[in-house]
Amino acid sequence: MKFLDSLRFRISILFGRSRMEAEMEEELRLHVQHRADDLERIGLPRAEAERQARIEFGGHVRYKEESREAAGGTLLESVFRDVRHALRLLRKSPGFTAVAVMTLAAAIGANAVVFSALNATLLRPLNVPEPQSLYGLQFGEGVKGAQSYPNYLDFRDRNRCFEGLAAYHMTRVGLDTGKNPTRVWLYEVTGNYFDILKIQPRIGRFFHAADEQGAHSAPYIVLSYGYWHSHFQDDPGAVGRMVEINKRPFTIVGVAPPQFQGTFLLLSPDFFVPIVSLEDADTLNTRAGRWIFETIGHLKPGVTTAQAAADLNSIGDYLQTTYPKENGKMNVSLSRAGLYGETFERPLRAFVAALMLLAGLILLAACANLGSLFAVRAADRSREIAVRLALGSSRVRILRQLFTEALLLSLAGGAVGIFGSAMLLRRLSAWNPFPQFPTNVPLNPDANVYAVAALLAFISGILFGAVPVRQVMRSDPYDIIKSGSLAKLGRRITLREILLAVQIAICAVLVTSSLVAVRGLLRSLHSDFGFEPENVLLADTDLDMAGYEGEAVPAMQKRMLEAMRTIPGVASVALTNCAPLSSCGRLSMTSVYTDETSDLRPSTVAASPLQFQISPEFFAVAEMPVLAGRIFTPHDDKNAPLVAVINQVFAREVFGSSAKALGRYFKVSNGTRLQIVGIAKDGKYKSLADDSQSVMFLPILQAPTSASSLMLRSKSDPQRLAAAVRSRLQDLDVGMPVFIQTWPDALNRVLFGSRLATVALGVLGALGAILSMTGIFGMAAYSVSKRLRELGIRVALGARRNEVLQAALGRAIKLLAFASTAGLLLGILASRLLAAMVYQATPRDPLVLAGVVLAMASIGVLATWIPAQRALSIDPARLLREE
Amino acid sequence: MSEQAQLLPGTLDLLILRAVSLGPLHGYGILLRIGQISGDALLIEQGALYPGLFRLVRQGLLKASWGTSDNNRRAKFYELTAAGRKRLRQETDNWNRLVSAIAAALGTQPEEV
Repeated sequence: MKFLDSLRFRISILFGRSRMEAEMEEELRLHVQHRADDLERIGLPRAEAERQARIEFGGHVRYKEESREAAGGTLLESVFRDVRHALRLLRKSPGFTAVAVMTLAAAIGANAVVFSALNATLLRPLNVPEPQSLYGLQFGEGVKGAQSYPNYLDFRDRNRCFEGLAAYHMTRVGLDTGKNPTRVWLYEVTGNYFDILKIQPRIGRFFHAADEQGAHSAPYIVLSYGYWHSHFQDDPGAVGRMVEINKRPFTIVGVAPPQFQGTFLLLSPDFFVPIVSLEDADTLNTRAGRWIFETIGHLKPGVTTAQAAADLNSIGDYLQTTYPKENGKMNVSLSRAGLYGETFERPLRAFVAALMLLAGLILLAACANLGSLFAVRAADRSREIAVRLALGSSRVRILRQLFTEALLLSLAGGAVGIFGSAMLLRRLSAWNPFPQFPTNVPLNPDANVYAVAALLAFISGILFGAVPVRQVMRSDPYDIIKSGSLAKLGRRITLREILLAVQIAICAVLVTSSLVAVRGLLRSLHSDFGFEPENVLLADTDLDMAGYEGEAVPAMQKRMLEAMRTIPGVASVALTNCAPLSSCGRLSMTSVYTDETSDLRPSTVAASPLQFQISPEFFAVAEMPVLAGRIFTPHDDKNAPLVAVINQVFAREVFGSSAKALGRYFKVSNGTRLQIVGIAKDGKYKSLADDSQSVMFLPILQAPTSASSLMLRSKSDPQRLAAAVRSRLQDLDVGMPVFIQTWPDALNRVLFGSRLATVALGVLGALGAILSMTGIFGMAAYSVSKRLRELGIRVALGARRNEVLQAALGRAIKLLAFASTAGLLLGILASRLLAAMVYQATPRDPLVLAGVVLAMASIGVLATWIPAQRALSIDPARLLREE
Repeated sequence: MSEQAQLLPGTLDLLILRAVSLGPLHGYGILLRIGQISGDALLIEQGALYPGLFRLVRQGLLKASWGTSDNNRRAKFYELTAAGRKRLRQETDNWNRLVSAIAAALGTQPEEV
């Protein structure tokens, strides 16, 4: 409180109504009162006494003024004066101020964004009590956390180093709360999960280890706070309600606290259920097949990770010797919980570290550029500074003023940068590129981020403020006043210029790459996919989630197809396990063998095609050409001979050519023979880079699957069908969760990587452009400022405008042209790398070349505008008079 | 009033220090005390006291604190600090030397040169 009071006092000193002032006023008033008392005592009436006292006091205002001066200013007041002075100076050169603030805002903003990514992923541990002792188990060299349920139980019961071990697994299920069934992500967790994490429910209760009574026991749900908030509107009555998961009844028993969003940073669940409630006895009792995502627990106090690893490894050895068929060597190690060990943490760490380094370099470059701008300003003011030195001002005082200016700029830039990055981060946090996957990396800036950004702003202020120090310390007032600020004009290339050239070149590389990426992206949007996604609506569901099994699945799929056909505006309908390029996450490769192979082993595999299970209409709806043979018919059912359609790559890989493949047989891993009845044209299936992916299409009636993706070719905008599709499907089964999107939208998601790369390059390019701009601005301004007198003489001798400009800016322009060309060439080379990220990126594109030249030229024009104006407005008469 | 002397520049501070050295005083009190100890021989405009007071406070020779006067009014009281006491001694010596030097100079008769 005392500190606050003194602060308030100091602030009030700054803002006019100073307490000292008030005290002074009071003291003088009381003086008059005392005098009046005395005068009253000798017989004057009070009013007269006061009048007399005021007269005797003398010039009230004058004495107050003198008193204030005599009392002297505080340090803060003189700082305030510096600030006002600096503000006045900055207002006088709005161009400089704008450039400086913009540059700093960009550089500090970039740092703030990168740092909050670092903060959110690596620095901020999981939001649970005692996060520092929470570890996840990793098994084997392949750094995988997954384990089978029986093995988990052994680790849980046999270890001596953990307070307890919990396990969790992420999966997607159909949830029916009575209205609008949806597909949601949940964590299947062991009963002790919440107890081991030591968290308390927001409302209701959690389930516990004691609730587990074997398979399908403990049908309890704990909602995440977010899901409770968005789907139950914070209704406390949600607890106790019955809902259906995959058509089985569950009871909501509680809601997790708001800050708890699961134990894996990259996927936050909508709710939690016990593992035993969802899995059947078979899955729970199988020791082979590791499927539970991660095992976590708090180390006991005093136990080191090495001791724990040794303990766990002895259990691993025991499991290996006891169950040799199911378990190999385990090699258990511990990793920090939250990022799934090395699998995510190491690459993330490297990525974020690289980003941080880049952001740091950007800030340093910004400081260097601003430093030279500052040097220019100091040089411009050398006469003023000299006069002040001559009049007895101390160098420290002058430096303090320069630093005040630098710090003001850096703080303003920092504030703008933080504000901008906070906005950006808020949008980034809310942004979810994959609606099917609820990633939750809360990027919202916290106090750490603000503190780091403010610190960076401060440091950069000091850094670039320090550039002109030497200049001021060395300046000899006598010399400067005598000769003006004329400095020796070096012709040699300075370090500053080399740095600037490097910056410009990097900027040109980035601009080139981002243009290449944009063009590539545009082109890949219109490339040949081997099918026609326009006007197709995808309705994706999994009948498994709606509780269908066995024979009920194809029957339901048939009803679904029929229902879709009756929707007005639907041209044709097909069913597949997964539409190509729709990121359905269900496409898997299967091993196939030639018909002659009898020993089906990994070494005899002929090809590993992706497997599509489709209804006969698929090729028509997708407009995927079948080049030879026939497509499926409704008669290709379980009673008919097994058939397949393969693509050209498959045919070429296994049979040599399409012609040779038609009519031939191949085997799948269980030994079944399939006859090839058709050859489909190659296309893109999983990613746009698929150029040589073999694929086989099987009739869904012969290879049934509960995964059902309806494809509807519409006569107009497919989005308009969405509502009708949803309601028809609900008519069929009110509890069936569906995900509806247009095929082009799904494709956009496939392009996510390229988009991200493009955006990132664009952002970096923009930063580079800003930096280059300040750099060139600084250099040009410096050269104009240093050569003012020479330029003035040239003007006086009749130089034309373009000659003046050439003299003033020639060097900067030359540097820009040289560095840009170098950067462009480098960028063209670098774009080969880019082709790996952005499909169809090629630098051999006249538009790209023209774009780069245009961009660099505009940077040059913008950056030299102010110095050029200054050079052109030189008034020789005035200049010479001043000198 | 006409027999009052104009104050020499710089002497007000000395007078203030001297006045306060006799005990804590508020501004008006200092004026009264100066009048009292100088036999009302000096002409001081009352307001002129304050710049001097603030200057001495700033130099650390005086310290000030609010209190209540004999008139039962609030008033700011000034007292000497250790530095103030030391300065008063020095200034008094300086003054005495100056006065005797000036007096000696002014009192010199032509035949003594």
